[in-house]
Amino acid sequence: MPLTGLALFVLAWDLAVRFSGAPLIPTPWEALRGIGELASRGLLFKYVVASLFRVTWGYLLAVAIAIPVGVAAGMSPRARAMVSPFLHLLRPISPLAWIPIAILWFGVGDFSAVFLIFLAAFFPLAVTAMHAVHDVDPAHLRAGVNFGLSRRQLIARVVVPAIVPQLIVGMRIALGIAWLVVVAAEMIAVSSGLGFLIIEARNAGNRYDLVVAGMVLIGVIGIVLDLAIRRLEGLDSVRWGYAEG
Amino acid sequence: MSKVEFRGLSMRFGATEVLRDINLSVGEGELVCILGPSGCGKSTLLNIVGGFLRPAKGEVTIDGVPVTGPDPRRIFVFQERGVFPWLNVEQNVAFGLFRLTEEEKRSRVARYIQLVGLGGFENAYPRELSGGMKQRLEVARALAVHPDVLYLDEPFGALDSITRLQMRRELLRIWQTERKTILFVTHDIEESVQLADRVVVLSQRPGRVRRVLDIDIPHPRDLSAPRYIELRDAIFGEIGLAHQV
Repeated sequence: MPLTGLALFVLAWDLAVRFSGAPLIPTPWEALRGIGELASRGLLFKYVVASLFRVTWGYLLAVAIAIPVGVAAGMSPRARAMVSPFLHLLRPISPLAWIPIAILWFGVGDFSAVFLIFLAAFFPLAVTAMHAVHDVDPAHLRAGVNFGLSRRQLIARVVVPAIVPQLIVGMRIALGIAWLVVVAAEMIAVSSGLGFLIIEARNAGNRYDLVVAGMVLIGVIGIVLDLAIRRLEGLDSVRWGYAEG
Repeated sequence: MSKVEFRGLSMRFGATEVLRDINLSVGEGELVCILGPSGCGKSTLLNIVGGFLRPAKGEVTIDGVPVTGPDPRRIFVFQERGVFPWLNVEQNVAFGLFRLTEEEKRSRVARYIQLVGLGGFENAYPRELSGGMKQRLEVARALAVHPDVLYLDEPFGALDSITRLQMRRELLRIWQTERKTILFVTHDIEESVQLADRVVVLSQRPGRVRRVLDIDIPHPRDLSAPRYIELRDAIFGEIGLAHQV
């Protein structure tokens, strides 16, 4: 079924371009040829790796910092009162609004892009972790305390496993946002990667076949990332957290 | 010698008086049911003796020592939602055994899984178990740490009536092998007469001890024996209910 849908979409795209006679928009085959051209010029691999490299670092850094911060904030009402307003104030600001500051601090280059992705992933992850900790079933916490767990053991053996299902959902959302943001960041803050490819293909000679080729690549890689992280939801120790496991 | 001793225990939440001047002594190895209408403070009483709440007045001692907090020597069993859904049966039973060597742990886990009749389900997760099995799992997890007292707060309340009957039989069998002191809170009159050595009948809020009845029927108890019916009706009368529908 999904293949039928895809085939229909490609067909509709093809027909729409042919019959509207739009001069610059490529047909699916031209876009595909664009991908081939990128591959033969050695840019395909290079740009995909550049984008994935930035996303990986920014995202992992966010996971490593946001989850402990969120857990700590969720555990103690005082920490929560301190961190929560800060999180809620910064979260609605689009990571793209940080681009000028990122360039000011880190210059044009990988650091800026990594920083923007970090911001993009940090807030949803921290907020998810904080709320998830708050929602841990009190019966489980009490059982942990009853069996003589110290606070640290309680976090490691009850709180963290209890929030993992929600964390995985948060990680999925955050990765999706990170992948959106890397493209935008690369249009401005660096000179490689898929975002740069798109803006560069347009600026240097209206190569819209390459623009669309870049878009297709972004879409496909986005799906692959999402599927990869979704696999975590099938683990035996987290399946309980989803309605139908 | 008495194991658990309530002396002049009172409790209030804000302006609401929940328990008034509870005095009660529970012997070593005794199974005592605390019976009362819902809202009478019987769960509060159990939470105080479990160390999860501080009384407003009076104290509870165990072996002569005042209770100041939860303690792994006394395990509180919730309704079956207390099992950890991210751990399988074996890991749940092993949860409180972190101070033992691997070998001791393995033999205890095996023993208590057998005792509650969950042999063959060692690797199953709670979501794959029925309500009654989860309840047994929680009892096994509690017994595995060799507590001297068990607190059961309406443990079978969420089960269907047939399973509930089987679970009572199981509990009695386990209690006869392990000889733990058990405090069992319930609102079910039949349940209390089937299980207890003594039934403590609490009044409406604020809960006071209305009456303590010795259930002098040997196990296994015949549910149609005249003495059983006599005791049951005495409790019905005490609570102020005619035994009619």
